[in-house]
Amino acid sequence: MITLQSYLTLSAILFAIGIIGIIINRKNIIIILMCTELILLAVNFNFVAFSYFNQDYTGQIFVFFILTVAAAEAAIGLAILVALYRNNKSIDVENLTALKE
Amino acid sequence: MYQLSLIALLAPLCGALLAAAFGKSLGKWFTNSVTIFGVLVSLVISTLLLSILIEDSSQVLNQSIYTWMKIGELEFQLGFLIDNLTASMMFVVSFISLMVHIYTMGYMKDDPGYHRFFTYISLFTFSMLSLLMANNFLQLFFGWEAVGVMSYLLIGFWYTKASAIKANFKAFIINRVGDFSLLLGIALLFANLGTLDYISIFKSAESLSNISIPISGSLNVSVITLSCILLFGGAMGKSAQMPLHVWLPDSMEGPTPISALIHAATMVTAGVFMLARMSPLFELSVSALSFVLIVGATTALFTGFLGLVQTDIKRVIAYSTLSQLGYMIVAAGVSAYSASLFHLMTHAFFKALLFLAAGSVIVALHHEQNIRKMGGLYRYLPFTYVTSVIGTLALIGFPGFSGFFSKDAIIEAVHHSNIFGSNYAYVAVLVGVFVTALYSFRLLFIVFHGEDKFKNDAIKEPSLSIVIPLILLAIPSALIAWPTIGPMVFGEFFANSIIQASAYDLFGFQFTNPIGFLFHSLESPVIYIATLGFITAFYLYIIKPDLPQKISDFFRPIHNLLLEKYYFDYLIEKVIGQSFKKIGNLFWTFGDIRIIDDTLVNGIGRNIHKISSKFKKVQTGYIYHYAFMMILSLSLFLGWIIFTSIERT
Repeated sequence: MITLQSYLTLSAILFAIGIIGIIINRKNIIIILMCTELILLAVNFNFVAFSYFNQDYTGQIFVFFILTVAAAEAAIGLAILVALYRNNKSIDVENLTALKE
Repeated sequence: MYQLSLIALLAPLCGALLAAAFGKSLGKWFTNSVTIFGVLVSLVISTLLLSILIEDSSQVLNQSIYTWMKIGELEFQLGFLIDNLTASMMFVVSFISLMVHIYTMGYMKDDPGYHRFFTYISLFTFSMLSLLMANNFLQLFFGWEAVGVMSYLLIGFWYTKASAIKANFKAFIINRVGDFSLLLGIALLFANLGTLDYISIFKSAESLSNISIPISGSLNVSVITLSCILLFGGAMGKSAQMPLHVWLPDSMEGPTPISALIHAATMVTAGVFMLARMSPLFELSVSALSFVLIVGATTALFTGFLGLVQTDIKRVIAYSTLSQLGYMIVAAGVSAYSASLFHLMTHAFFKALLFLAAGSVIVALHHEQNIRKMGGLYRYLPFTYVTSVIGTLALIGFPGFSGFFSKDAIIEAVHHSNIFGSNYAYVAVLVGVFVTALYSFRLLFIVFHGEDKFKNDAIKEPSLSIVIPLILLAIPSALIAWPTIGPMVFGEFFANSIIQASAYDLFGFQFTNPIGFLFHSLESPVIYIATLGFITAFYLYIIKPDLPQKISDFFRPIHNLLLEKYYFDYLIEKVIGQSFKKIGNLFWTFGDIRIIDDTLVNGIGRNIHKISSKFKKVQTGYIYHYAFMMILSLSLFLGWIIFTSIERT
């Protein structure tokens, strides 16, 4: 029998992977983008699990909205990346230090 | 009555503002008519107020009209106190001011600063009236400062002249010394009584004589004495008493009409007016009165000597003004405030007359002020000559002229007084009479008599607007004392405004009428001393005109001492000025540059820069660092919230 706890554990693992991906990634900014998607998916996973176990479908409807917004977000993020690449000829995280000072 | 007072106060202000705003575009006629009208309104109302008060002396107006500021229980108000003292002063001020306005039309007619001049003198009249009409110390102080500012502006009226700028600076700075003392005096009264209103201060002043302030060690001084001396310090600045007198002779750099208005008749008498106004305070402190007496007597005598060696026509009169102011202060020192005010009034008329006559001479000679280059002018300037003679006779106290009555009353009072210093003062004023006669006639003889140095028929009496004020001032200079001495000095005229002993106690004889006074004064040495002065002057400057030169050569050191004005300027400039400069330098290099600039202003900036240059390394610019910090702190705060909420349940 798969319990709610298993779902929550899985979602927590996904979340942690996402965060670690953001923090220890030194290379590619696309990976940061993917990691944020992963965090969002972990949250969605929670929504679905709670909605199933509580017999309340609001959660699942929410998931659809979040997926839509995430897709739009990813499109915008990638567009920014393209613009960034055109300007910098690189999308390395190490080179993006304009915020310094 | 209070509406009338308000109009009297504001009319010159309105005149000044209109002249300042539209004078340039509407022309000279507009400027002088609007300002003269303003002063005329004041004069008419002052006369009206005076007549009301003479009819019924209980009609004193004491009303606050506007609350300027309210802090807790403290109220700063503007208001009027119109009693016989104020009303008579208002009359004198507005009358002289009107004469000077008319005179200025002729005197300044070719000056490019015509509108500015009229604006200034009207503003001055406003300031002086607000000083006189005040019913509290705050307004007094306002008027006090405002007349100081106007005097500053008018001394430096010809602002391209370097000496005028120096003189107005000197006047302003030396007046600040006095004003500071006045401010301290007011503050001391305020601190002890909690009010600035005259009447309430006078009512509770008696309690002040029991409070004493330690000065050093076991030396104590009562609050009333200290505050009176501090207030008198203000009067010393404004009324040019030694050692703060040095600004008045230099103020002669200004145009002659203001020398007559401000530096002879009105502003310099503000100190005397204040002493009379504060008579309920001064009467409580004998030591303060002695101080006043000694300062006044010193000024009366020693500044008179200086008049003997001056060669500038206006400076001679200025030193005479100083000396006469000394007489007024002396009278206040022996508690004869009414005599002091009486001399103030007669002096205002005859000294304004002398100044305006001097101005007439100066205009006629195209701005020549050196008396060595004058002589025999009575042939060309008959009106000026006759009015000058009247002014001079009044000044030296020729029997029957107004100055005679006022000066004699003062000398009688000093003679009769027996407070500390009165013997010295008596000698000083008696010698002063001789000196006054000597320098007055010296001036008259050198300027108007002697050989004719011009032989030039082009010199003629200036325009009518100069001659008319001379005549109008000559009349009161000669005659004003006859109807006024009885009520003002010996009667009850000032009973509602001044506290002083009865006339008999002050003067030591029974006054019947002016003629009786005339005969009584034959017993005192004053007339004989003045005659001696006249004879000396006649001998020295008419019969043997080369003798004065020999005398001054013989007494070279004394002559030098007088020429250098007792080295007061030297003392103030070199000793006091230099040491203050040194102190200022110390404050500048140590206080300003080291502490404020280096430590506070630049120091704070430098230290912040140092600290922040270490902290800025936190800002790496890597997104994942920021993200990590965000998540870390988010989880910390969340954890903290969860932890506390668990603990609470």
